[in-house]
Amino acid sequence: MKGEVNLRRYQAPVWSEPLIMEMGHKGERGILIPETEEEVQAAVGGAESYIPAEMRRKELPKLPELSQPQIVRHYEHLAQETLGMEENIDLGEGTCTMKYSSKVNEMLARTPQMTEIHPYQDEDTMQGILEIMYKFDLICREISGMDQFTFQPAAGSHATYTNACLVGAYHAARGELAQRDEIITTIFSHPCNAATANAAGFKVITLMPDENGYPDFEALKTVCSQHTAGLMITNPEDTGIYNPRIREYVATVHDVGGLCFYDQANANGILGITRAREAGFDACHFNLHKTFSSPHGSSGPGGGAYGVREELAKFLPTPVVTFDGKKYHLDYDRPDSIGKVSEFLGNVGVVLRAYSWVMSMGAEGLLETAQVSVINNNYLVKLLLAIPGVVRYYAEGKLRLEQTRYSWEKLEKDTGCGTEDVRRRMMDFGLQAYFMSHYPWVVPEPFTPEPCETYSKEDCEYWAAVLRQISKEAYTNPEIVKTAPHNSTIHKVNLAPLDDPKRWAMTWRAYLKKRSK
Amino acid sequence: MKKKLGLIVNPIAGMGGRVGLKGSDGQEIVKRARELGAKPESPRRAVDALRNITRIKDNVELITCPYEMGEDEAKECGFNPTVIGSITRGRTTSHDTENAAKEMLRLKVDLLLFAGGDGTARDIYNVIGDKIPALGIPAGVKIHSAVYATSPRNAGDLAARYLEGESPDIRLREAEVMDIDEQAFRENRLTARLYGYLKVPYERGMIQDAKAGSMLGEEASMDAIAYDIVNNMPDDYLYIIGPGTTTRAIMGKLGLQNTLLGVDAVYKGELVGSDLNESQLLKMIAGKKVKIVVSVIGRQGYVFGRGNQQISAKVIKKVGKENIIVIATKNKILSLKGSPLLVDTDDGEVNEMLTGYIQVVSGLGERFVLKVVS
Repeated sequence: MKGEVNLRRYQAPVWSEPLIMEMGHKGERGILIPETEEEVQAAVGGAESYIPAEMRRKELPKLPELSQPQIVRHYEHLAQETLGMEENIDLGEGTCTMKYSSKVNEMLARTPQMTEIHPYQDEDTMQGILEIMYKFDLICREISGMDQFTFQPAAGSHATYTNACLVGAYHAARGELAQRDEIITTIFSHPCNAATANAAGFKVITLMPDENGYPDFEALKTVCSQHTAGLMITNPEDTGIYNPRIREYVATVHDVGGLCFYDQANANGILGITRAREAGFDACHFNLHKTFSSPHGSSGPGGGAYGVREELAKFLPTPVVTFDGKKYHLDYDRPDSIGKVSEFLGNVGVVLRAYSWVMSMGAEGLLETAQVSVINNNYLVKLLLAIPGVVRYYAEGKLRLEQTRYSWEKLEKDTGCGTEDVRRRMMDFGLQAYFMSHYPWVVPEPFTPEPCETYSKEDCEYWAAVLRQISKEAYTNPEIVKTAPHNSTIHKVNLAPLDDPKRWAMTWRAYLKKRSK
Repeated sequence: MKKKLGLIVNPIAGMGGRVGLKGSDGQEIVKRARELGAKPESPRRAVDALRNITRIKDNVELITCPYEMGEDEAKECGFNPTVIGSITRGRTTSHDTENAAKEMLRLKVDLLLFAGGDGTARDIYNVIGDKIPALGIPAGVKIHSAVYATSPRNAGDLAARYLEGESPDIRLREAEVMDIDEQAFRENRLTARLYGYLKVPYERGMIQDAKAGSMLGEEASMDAIAYDIVNNMPDDYLYIIGPGTTTRAIMGKLGLQNTLLGVDAVYKGELVGSDLNESQLLKMIAGKKVKIVVSVIGRQGYVFGRGNQQISAKVIKKVGKENIIVIATKNKILSLKGSPLLVDTDDGEVNEMLTGYIQVVSGLGERFVLKVVS
């Protein structure tokens, strides 16, 4: 890298903001709702009378009582304390594709035509959104080579679960489900492939990488049998390594009668370059909140677009959007369908944003997205591997696609500062703590950035410069890294209660209950 | 109240390594090592570990042995230790380690930190068993035991966090104390056995990344494996249950008495044999349909030939490869870092039969495909 990168000074706001449940005073109100006038009450009855007696609360809800400015201040403080996508160079979240979503997508999603419709409306009155869903289905078909999509799954893992259910339905229809109870996946595929297959009742067989970092093909051959229901695999895997022999893997599973599912949660490195169909797959999915730019984080709303080949389409969730040449319809008459996987049509706002993104990019734009992502990633590889303490495993000398899994193992051995120390220290430079790895950690002290097409060359250089600085600190003054963050909103947090049922609290009521003990 | 941290440094551990002696057990070898110019390794490593504990120095009472067995290292790191017992400087033996461990046990230290190798772990285990928690600072030539942290620094860090007590994220698990026969090893024969288990703090799962979710703890993982095995246990098979904590979970699920370091047999949900030897096993399996359940030895990957020699080549041959069930938690599988599973029975033909790929049960309805080599 030529020229010094000037690291910015950063200090996060600290507000020590209490929980909203601890704020306010009895009787404080944001809005005072006027009493209904007597004449009106006499004529049509009180507002309460419109709610059936059995649905009325016996006690008032224990809501916090605050004025409007207090509430505005509270949420403003929380927003300021959040290091979000729009404040920082957020390329550290590999497998997440932290892509900037154009404001125009958001504007469209917030128009009354979108916000004021209800899924219980007659389909005649929501032709607009049905048209978008239908056309976006066509777009997804073109990108993947599959023959029909559903947008009901609300997330990527929800789509893989839908797949596992569909695989079950397919074998059940052929009278083979009892015999075919195994789904094969790989350790570097997204862990939801294994988890959702297991949740759907299948035994899960996981392949480990061979010495080159590809799933062990010889191992695959030994486990394919009349018990194989299918393969659920991610490619490129979490390591960023693309398996060029993927068709052979698919063929091996097909040969014993299994179905093959391609996890394309993150398709940013292959858009317009490879398709699930040409690789031989029977089904695939996209995370609309990753590759297709719809914003994500904080658990939603997401969109798992799930698509299949024609012969599997009859199993897709109900309803699907159809077009008769004049009008769009919701087809509920699907006797072979696996049923519903979520309410209504899925997160249609997410579909709208994704549609808007694709329409603004065009086919050439999608291809360019992949090209820029791969170039960015491989530029970042050059920058990061030059940093003392950073190493990379597997496939020596081979290019990665859209992301790379690195390791701070050497740094940890040399200085005692591991990947968790480094990621906490990043926050002192105004960068979001990077994604380490899915569990279990196969690569020690891992981290996995993904500099998608959103990020400029300078962004990549800045991000790498921060890690270079932290590495330097680890070798000269490890304590500052060990005790980080120093400039962030909160200091090192004890996260242990997160997996301790005695201490975690998902609700205020649970919090009070557990604290009182 | 201050927490009590016990520290035992085996000052001669590791000496045999640099000079190629494959271990440091026994006075003669230590003497030879010194002649060959070996320098003590473990005091330096103990200091590395202690430096990571200094931040809680004021909240901990450090109890240790005189001179190079802990006192020197503790003082170097700014501790003001309580020194117990007496030793002869420069001529420590395994008795000193055992005596110190006895005293630590009597004083009920909250954690016994020790620097050494497999031999040291054995000495400590002989005295404390599972009565108090312990953690090893890796300093020896042979580290086959799973009671050691991955580095001296990590040992210190883990010890400090365990003693701080704020983190239920750090829990105790039973880790293997293994040792090989050094004399045999010097003659190029490798024989190792499982001596027992120490209670060791470990960091559970590392849950810090909310996005990635958390890993199941070891206990829950073993429980899931036990469910899988018990759910799929046909009545017409005799089950030979190998040693270890993972197999113990199966016996626990069946409500049966278990021999932790030995081999038991189960038939139709009943215990039909405890701590069986080879000839008892051979007698028992004659004419029956049999399955063998064995676990993987952490970090090493041995499935047969270490710690379960009772399940001999003859037994394995009779039972057949298709009736062998290998079990291991994901953590254990990953602790192998990509190395294959190992078999080392006394019969080359059986070793050959066992090589190839095998599905290892890692949870309820979960299998990993691993390579087996001999």
